[in-house]
Amino acid sequence: MPKTSSKTNPARELVFGDLWEFDPAPETADPKLKPRYDLFINGSFVPPRAGKYFATINPAHETKIADIALADASDVDAACIAAQKAFTSVWGKMPGKERGKYLYRIARLLQDHAREFAIAETLDGGKPIKESRDFDVPMAAAHFFYHAGWADKLEFLAPGKRIAPHGVVGQVIPWNFPLLMLAWKIAPALAAGNCVVLKPAETTSITALKFGEICQEAGLPNGVVNIVSGAGETGAAVIQHPLTTKVAFTGSTEVGKSIMRSLAGTDKKMTLELGGKAANIVFDDAPLDQAVEGIVNGIFFNQGHVCCAGSRLLVQESIADAVLAKLKRRITVLRVGDPMDKNTDLGAINSREQLAKITDLVQSGVAEGAEMHDNGCKLPAKGFFFRPTIFTKVSMSHRIAREEIFGPVLSILTFRTPEEAVEKANNTPYGLSAGVWTDKGSRILKMSTLLKAGVVWANTYNKFDPTSPFGGYKESGFGREGGKQGMLDYLRVV
Amino acid sequence: MSHRLPISKTPKCYVGGAFIRSESGRVTELNDASGTFFANIPQCTRKDLRNAVEAAAKAGPGWAKRSAFNRGQILYRLAEMMEARSIELAKAVALGGASQAQAAREVAASIERVVHYAGWADKYEQILGSVNPVASAHFNFTVTEPMGIIGVIAPDDSPLLALVSLILPAITSGNCIVVLASNTQPYPSILLGEMLATSDLPGGVVNLLTGLRSEMVPTFATHEHLRALSGAVNAEDRKTLKLGAAESVKRVRLLKAEQPIDWFADTMQGAEEIRALIEFKTTWHPVGA
Repeated sequence: MPKTSSKTNPARELVFGDLWEFDPAPETADPKLKPRYDLFINGSFVPPRAGKYFATINPAHETKIADIALADASDVDAACIAAQKAFTSVWGKMPGKERGKYLYRIARLLQDHAREFAIAETLDGGKPIKESRDFDVPMAAAHFFYHAGWADKLEFLAPGKRIAPHGVVGQVIPWNFPLLMLAWKIAPALAAGNCVVLKPAETTSITALKFGEICQEAGLPNGVVNIVSGAGETGAAVIQHPLTTKVAFTGSTEVGKSIMRSLAGTDKKMTLELGGKAANIVFDDAPLDQAVEGIVNGIFFNQGHVCCAGSRLLVQESIADAVLAKLKRRITVLRVGDPMDKNTDLGAINSREQLAKITDLVQSGVAEGAEMHDNGCKLPAKGFFFRPTIFTKVSMSHRIAREEIFGPVLSILTFRTPEEAVEKANNTPYGLSAGVWTDKGSRILKMSTLLKAGVVWANTYNKFDPTSPFGGYKESGFGREGGKQGMLDYLRVV
Repeated sequence: MSHRLPISKTPKCYVGGAFIRSESGRVTELNDASGTFFANIPQCTRKDLRNAVEAAAKAGPGWAKRSAFNRGQILYRLAEMMEARSIELAKAVALGGASQAQAAREVAASIERVVHYAGWADKYEQILGSVNPVASAHFNFTVTEPMGIIGVIAPDDSPLLALVSLILPAITSGNCIVVLASNTQPYPSILLGEMLATSDLPGGVVNLLTGLRSEMVPTFATHEHLRALSGAVNAEDRKTLKLGAAESVKRVRLLKAEQPIDWFADTMQGAEEIRALIEFKTTWHPVGA
């Protein structure tokens, strides 16, 4: 019998190291930015009443891009009043099919402006241009297109019940997918017949304010969409304003809890999409190369700034060494650097503050005894960057196995039996998502049944679709976004 | 005819499939509408509540795993038990001052409500869940799952119908619950416990406590094993419950007890009531070899 070569003679790898450098491949189109962005209230861009602005910077170069208006409580009040007026006078009365046509228009206009939106997103947020170009912007347009069609079919959402919009919805979104989170929030709200006041994240306001231009171009009635930029205080003003009868928030669990507390004395409806610490579970029968790609996509997509990131890798013990070897090799070819370069895999960390948080948690991992491996790549001299990092010898009690890092840092744990995998996966206050890698369909369904998570990806990870409801169990929040379930969360049963 | 001394019943709470007195040994005297002493009702404590949550935790996985058909049959069996003792139930409702006719109407509506949810047990999934036509090669589907253990707080009025209307949507989907009955009219809940015990419902799925709302609400609010809170309470209790809920991101569904609630209305029942107390889970299953 011929000797099997795989055991004794491992397949040769083509590793070129630094032999050849990639040529730069920068995206150069004009993002059509303004030096200063005002608030988008009642269909117009208006300066903030207090006249205050703050700078938004490019996290890859630490250079200023534009001045952004800082909305205070009086600006938020004006936005809410405009939204209420639009709701009672126009939008709430408009037939669903007419509302739907506006949303279709917005979807189409986003596609028309896709390239400039992608560039603006990458400049302001630091994510690789290939992600903003191929994921964020097309997916945002897809969300408007999907929800447009619901506007005249709402009666099918709750059979036997009469439903109505809430009125004015206050929405606060995070900095990891600025335009996409805007689309997840605004598209279903408008389709349901609500008007919105949305606050983008402080570090990523540009695409939200550019979206105001899209609303103008679409001829959307004044006041239906209002964008108020600012920091936490502005968000709190939106959430607490008496006219916002429903609020939707995506962000950290800590802030989510404070929102719940701040609204405890009110009748406001809430949906919260909060943090996660997802388990990505690899069984010994999984196709390993595919799984490694999924692990990489699960944790390094968008620099790991993903609430559903597969930040805890659970590998079956018998294949742990093999998976680790493949993973280590795979991260050596990840390209970290200029987000505007079309070959970049990991762009800039969104802010100095976030970089400090990631660094702190990584240091805690080392201090608590886990073993750190990064890809050792060169990082740009300026800007906020972090190498793709994996930790082995992690125990369930380590901070890096319990706390959301929101960065390109993977903690690897092992398990022997499916029961142990489930036990470890569910041993977290979070419950947003999970991944399962196996060749067995029945095991996928069994694991999905046992995992306490709102989204379970099997042999894939970080997949999203407007038709697919997204949202968490436990301290990852409540309510869903996407699909008919998400649509109904923007309506009330009367 | 010689006089026979009647055997009076000691009201007990139905917890973990057994009938208990409060661990505190405390009771509240319950009088009938004319002011005559009727019985001593257990005045449960926060400790009783925690014990009930433990009982619910034991029952939870088994109940959630029952087939939908089986859950429906058990709920229907509960309606049978109530129907057989409807006269007794009506007397219990009338203790609070309702006329015989009003009480009989409330009992009938309560039984109808149970039957309504028995029918939902194997249908709500087809209304609330979905198969989602995603753009990639995945079979993507959304199913519902019970939340786990839910705290239910009943209002004072409509002591049977409100109680049943709050209990049924929670357990139809496989949740287990810890319930605080009406403060002023607790006796129907004592009887309901006896009917639950003979309905084939596994012990611990419904745990029915009597006691002071003012004492129990803070523990309902903060008990971390309760994944959701449902009920009809006043403004102050709503705030307490919501504040506590924030600490572990509990789901909250609270009606306003200070406003009139028409529990008889058909709008008080249905799949949307079930939807308020379930989670949605979406699975991306690969299609292809």
